Amino acid sequence: MLAALTTLLPVAQAGEGFVREAGEGATSCVGKNDTVCIGWAIDNADRYVTPTLEHLVLVVSSVAAGFVLALVLAVVSHRRHWLVPVFTGVTGVIYTIPSIALFLILLPVSGRGTTTAIIALTLYNVQILYRNLVTGLANVPAGARDSGRGMGMTDRQLLWRVELPLAVPEIIAGLRIATVSTIAIATLAVFAGAGGLGTEVYPDITFKTGIVVVGTIVIVMAICFDILYIGAQRLLAPWRRVRPI
Amino acid sequence: MTHVFIFGSLLDSFGDAISFIFEPQQGPRTAAGKVGGLDQVWALLWPQIWLSVLALAIACAIAIPVGVYFGHRGTGELLAVAIGNAGRAIPELILIAFMVAFVGVGVLNVTIALVVLGIPPILTNTFVAVRQVDPGAVEAARGVGMSELDVIRRVELPLSVPTLMSGVRTGAITIVSTATIASLAGVSTLGDFIINRGVYGEDGLLAGAILVAMLALAFELGLAGAQRLLTPKGIQVERQIALVRT
Amino acid sequence: MDEGTSPTLAGGEALPVSFREATKVYPGADRPAVDGLTLDVPAGEICVLVGPSGCGKTTAMRMANRMVEITSGEILIGDRSVRERSAAELRRETGYVIQQIGLFPHRTIAQNIATVPGLLGWDRERAMARAAELLELIGLDPELADRYPVQLSGGQQQRVGVARALAANPGVMLMDEPFGAVDPINRERLQNEFLRLQAELRKTILFVTHDIDEAIKMGDRIAILKEGGHLAQYATPAELLMAPADGFVEDFVGADRALKRLALLRVADIDLWRAPLAHVGQATAEVRAKLEGAEVPHALLVDSERKPLGWLSDADLAAETVPATPHTSPDPILDLADVMRDALSDLLQAETRYAPVVDAGGAIAGVLSVEIISEFLTSPDALVEDHPAAERPLGD
Repeated sequence: MLAALTTLLPVAQAGEGFVREAGEGATSCVGKNDTVCIGWAIDNADRYVTPTLEHLVLVVSSVAAGFVLALVLAVVSHRRHWLVPVFTGVTGVIYTIPSIALFLILLPVSGRGTTTAIIALTLYNVQILYRNLVTGLANVPAGARDSGRGMGMTDRQLLWRVELPLAVPEIIAGLRIATVSTIAIATLAVFAGAGGLGTEVYPDITFKTGIVVVGTIVIVMAICFDILYIGAQRLLAPWRRVRPI
Repeated sequence: MTHVFIFGSLLDSFGDAISFIFEPQQGPRTAAGKVGGLDQVWALLWPQIWLSVLALAIACAIAIPVGVYFGHRGTGELLAVAIGNAGRAIPELILIAFMVAFVGVGVLNVTIALVVLGIPPILTNTFVAVRQVDPGAVEAARGVGMSELDVIRRVELPLSVPTLMSGVRTGAITIVSTATIASLAGVSTLGDFIINRGVYGEDGLLAGAILVAMLALAFELGLAGAQRLLTPKGIQVERQIALVRT
Repeated sequence: MDEGTSPTLAGGEALPVSFREATKVYPGADRPAVDGLTLDVPAGEICVLVGPSGCGKTTAMRMANRMVEITSGEILIGDRSVRERSAAELRRETGYVIQQIGLFPHRTIAQNIATVPGLLGWDRERAMARAAELLELIGLDPELADRYPVQLSGGQQQRVGVARALAANPGVMLMDEPFGAVDPINRERLQNEFLRLQAELRKTILFVTHDIDEAIKMGDRIAILKEGGHLAQYATPAELLMAPADGFVEDFVGADRALKRLALLRVADIDLWRAPLAHVGQATAEVRAKLEGAEVPHALLVDSERKPLGWLSDADLAAETVPATPHTSPDPILDLADVMRDALSDLLQAETRYAPVVDAGGAIAGVLSVEIISEFLTSPDALVEDHPAAERPLGD
């Protein structure tokens, strides 16, 4: 049944062909399609390097771009509160479109490849990052704002020296969520011809070891980023760590 | 000039895709028959619709009561948040692949996968929504002599509708999105247009993507409408006032 | 605390503040929030704006640093209109202390205090040195400099707020219910400490409060505002208590005006009675002679340094010589520097008629009685000698 199905699967758009080498003996671990063929995984570890790196590039660049975009939107809507529902609505609409669909719809616009994927992933990030930025800025204590202004800070100084630093915990929370989501969605970048870890799964989705390896890489990547963010928060928001009286 | 050219070809592509939806046309495989057209589209659209609705219903049936229960009790916050985070981290492709490789193909398995992806956002949001209901209101309700069940039914649930429905909407989008690639698991949905490029051609590819996007938006609007119906008048007014004040 | 004039504290002289028909009307409102306020605050004095909620006192204060823009009229600091410079520039030279304190949670105490110097472009070293100096001035442990606001108590935070406002040595300070967020016990301590600080620094201060007692304690001048931002009376605390301008002021000050006046007096301010003094071993005949026609019909036993040891009874004086142990203890022994209100309270509590008053050395200076106090209060020309708030008796 499974064998019949694999013949129906088309050639992967990534052009990789099947993950498993044709001609693997029927008795080998891979040939039997055991759950985890550690031997195979170790031998073929280097085939996962490029997709992992591609994946990382996709994630880092789209989260960074998404953050910059969200920051611009947040600064613009900070003093013009009526813009907040507008921006939230627009970014929300984009978020509603399923990722594969967005990847493919952008194809005619920006062609196949990394650019399209990064654009799509960035647009997905903007919604969550913008929302957290707005919430973070709104939660700045009113007393700090009033005294800051009263001491002679201009609006800009207030924003960059008081409000944004105080919003850092909320911002990092948003970055964590955005990063985890992006790592997951980027597996579909293969449909846009942008590489990533999806290329090791999509061509041969019955290959158990392949799925396990990719799944593990994804989880490890997510955990690593999380640790990085926790570290960043400790560095950037030391006042959150001390115990109040 | 190049801009006009690019824009023109853009319109072309989309135009072709739209016509693919409505008119059967010759696909890339000249030997095969015509592809596209409303009938074929519907044949793939319908399964995706009922599959998504079914999975969403099941996910809600599981996640909402659990979320309400724990939110009402006020315990299990760590777990609820963890489940939400974990749900976000699972790539759809991996889950479907997992289903195909380890469990099997077919409607049942696909539905399970969809439900698994749909539960986390609904559960987390329901939990948070119930937890954040004004404790004063709950206290007052108990004080008037409402039973715990009544408190949930008449106070906590109505007041948690906005956040709860937001979770359901997120879950719905995730489900619709994953249902698209259910084609990989043997259940023919709109994903067929995307995956079988050789059969349906570039036009079919784009058409599939557009249809998926439309479907997702339709779910979103439908659920938003449901949310408006379910949200008590008082909260709607509150939100309008909050919006004006900011 | 050091002598109070260190090099960095010099400069930033106190400036007088003048309101000239200052008015604020919010768009869409039919009545002004502040209506033609006119008053002059001399340099170095504390002017308290007080009144019921909604009377516009906070608005008026905030007009001085343009947190609220004046609709019409003028406000002068020094001789310059507040509108002359940009708002941000003006505020950097005005100290600003608010009820919620508003310390920056993400900055250390030292960084908080050094905020305005930072805005003015001081280099880091100088700003930090200034912060350390101010920490000492307000009486906080220098160790706290690297802590975060969340690690300090409310009272400590409040003091840091004051230090922060003083950092750039402003000519004028604006304080909006600065001690309001603190519990009553700490509030009194903070008030006293602030007055001690003011004695050294002599800043011009606009102080807003809703508490008339705080106003009387803290203010050199008090401006009572009525609802709608009208000035009901602008006077020194003594004048306010003696001669309220109208029924509103009278009500606001309270029916116990007379008692409130006692808070403004020291025992040294009134004429005390004299009691005949007796020494141990002295001939009682001498003492009895002095008793005739004395203001206080009891003899007070004192030692060689004229410190009171107790009151002598008739039985005591029946003997040949004055005994060593008096019949009644001298308590309560009052001090010339005591606040009159506390002295009266001590007297009433002890249920004695007379109490000896001693000077700084402990030697007898006179005798106080409830009668003296009530006589004084009812006499019409017993106008209180006007102490600046910083030198008035503190109710410790």
